[in-house]
Amino acid sequence: MKAEQVEALLTAAAEGVDTEVLTASESDGTYDFSVPDATYHGLTDAELRDAARRHSEAVTEWYFWERVAPDAPDRRAFLRWVEGADDLSLSDRRERLADGVARDWGQLRIRARTVEVGRRAYEVRHVDDAGERVEDLAVHTDPLDARELAKHDDRGRYRPLSTAPTLQRGWAFVDLEPAAVVRAVDTFYPATIANWHRERAGDLDVSHWRETAGRQTGIYGVVDTWDRGEGHEHVEWVAEACCADSQCLKRREWEYDEETDLDVHGGDGTFPCREPCSLVISAARRWARIEGEEARTYEFELTPSEKEQVEEIVDAVADGRADDVREADFSDGANRWRARYLRAKRMSDGTLSGVPTDRDEDGGGD
Amino acid sequence: MTTALVIAAHGSHLNPGSSAPAFAHADRIRATGAFDEVREAFWKEEPSFREVLRTLTADEVYVVPLFISEGYFTEEVIPRELRLEEWDPAAWDSDGTSADHATFTAGDVGATVHYCGPVGTHDEMSDVIVQRAKSVTGDPDVGPGVGLAVVGHGTKRNENSAKAIEYHADRIRERGRFAEVRALFLDEEPEVDGVTGHFSTEDVVVVPLFIADGYHTREDIPEDMGLTDGSGEWETPATVDGRRIWYAGAVGTEPLLADVVLERALDAGADVETASVGAAGTVEGSR
Repeated sequence: MKAEQVEALLTAAAEGVDTEVLTASESDGTYDFSVPDATYHGLTDAELRDAARRHSEAVTEWYFWERVAPDAPDRRAFLRWVEGADDLSLSDRRERLADGVARDWGQLRIRARTVEVGRRAYEVRHVDDAGERVEDLAVHTDPLDARELAKHDDRGRYRPLSTAPTLQRGWAFVDLEPAAVVRAVDTFYPATIANWHRERAGDLDVSHWRETAGRQTGIYGVVDTWDRGEGHEHVEWVAEACCADSQCLKRREWEYDEETDLDVHGGDGTFPCREPCSLVISAARRWARIEGEEARTYEFELTPSEKEQVEEIVDAVADGRADDVREADFSDGANRWRARYLRAKRMSDGTLSGVPTDRDEDGGGD
Repeated sequence: MTTALVIAAHGSHLNPGSSAPAFAHADRIRATGAFDEVREAFWKEEPSFREVLRTLTADEVYVVPLFISEGYFTEEVIPRELRLEEWDPAAWDSDGTSADHATFTAGDVGATVHYCGPVGTHDEMSDVIVQRAKSVTGDPDVGPGVGLAVVGHGTKRNENSAKAIEYHADRIRERGRFAEVRALFLDEEPEVDGVTGHFSTEDVVVVPLFIADGYHTREDIPEDMGLTDGSGEWETPATVDGRRIWYAGAVGTEPLLADVVLERALDAGADVETASVGAAGTVEGSR
């Protein structure tokens, strides 16, 4: 252990230390000091230094959490969670930390290990890159590089929602200090640590759908008018469309309102979602406009296979698999040539089966 | 006591480049060490205005809107989303371009928030516009014999939108540096199309007062001015109606704008007097 850790303990003892790994206090120039398996009374400065060296494991641990880890309850709680500090004994943890211990946070795999006495080094990479050699990944050390990595998915498409399960692969943040790993995680997934911590403390401030819709103004004011006292089925559909685990890694904690839960499952994410996000509100604005239309009956002529093909195409787009359909897989209704054939046969004038939409002048489209 | 700076910008669900100026200016200010924490926050991206304060530990937070004019976003959206519960636009006591700062407690975190006026209406923004003209022409002495068009969005819904543009056009005109200075707009009179009709000079520098480069600065304005035939590309300078048009791109990408952000925080009481990222110390060269 290092001399600075012992000296820090002496300084802190004057103020009183009371943590799970050690306690220390001073009165009239002598010290009381205890660790889980030993207690000392009336130590002089020199005796406290000796005792501290004897129980260096506890002092080193205390020093890390009180002097090295960021001085913020949520950030410390997150770092403790990463290494399972609240579930494992100190000696178990030391053993595991020597090899490295990993937890997943969304699509991030965060690994902590001890690199020297009292110092942890953290690594962050894509969870699907867990088995890659670090030499095969693009290595980063500045946590703010995460801003750029989070911008686009593996196919170069812009990711407006940071917690979409589309994080690109192929990078690793290495040798991060405690504050830096928190910064990296919070840059990939902003505010998730703060909200997770609030939830654990039982004071997550959830803004439900009604409240959030009611807060909107300007072009989003229309979202509030979507609720017309006719139930909340539309909000179920919003949650099913936008907030499933396949779309967002946050666990939806907001409901229709304080009294009315949604039936749709909120997901299994590690960190909570405390209110409909700007993307949900933006999509809801569109739905609020087009859902003002009355349903009507159209008559289309389709073969049974064509009807099923339309259903398959909707499914393929909704599940994001349209681009994955193999070029020559003609058994798949969402195959491009199948879709092009259907269009050639049934939409030759641009409308389905030649049936005019016959839109009202005040229809909700653009 | 620890301090944080939040740069509050619009961001976009569609344009990945929209956040770039906020990131770049935040990086420049971080490098000065003037604040313990510097964070970007967005209306359309994350961290959202709604949740940015809880990502900070500072006791004192300076929030500077990276917006051009006072209006809907600075008076309604940002204060509401930050939960500045006692907020009232009257707290700024502004005539439409004179918002300075006002201090509140944020409802969800209890931090003291010094809410500043937007960068776009700060007096130093005039200098950034002139700097932009220097950058695009490559001439540090640009001015004599040259016309300057300061172009804004303008909107009939909010008179402050045009006021910010006219404010800087007037200030720069009064300095007598440029032969002519005009405020022109996309959505109101006088309009930017037919830009040469507004000037008698052979050279015209056009500086759009927008924060980020996007649809308006890359497509709308160049097409309205006749710089491009829809290809989305143009030369600098480009020749239109026999005049040379030096089109600068969004002023918000000018590195010097980081100084305006710092000035806003300084005006609100932040201890940043020694910090400057100014033209000389600029981290990144101008385009």
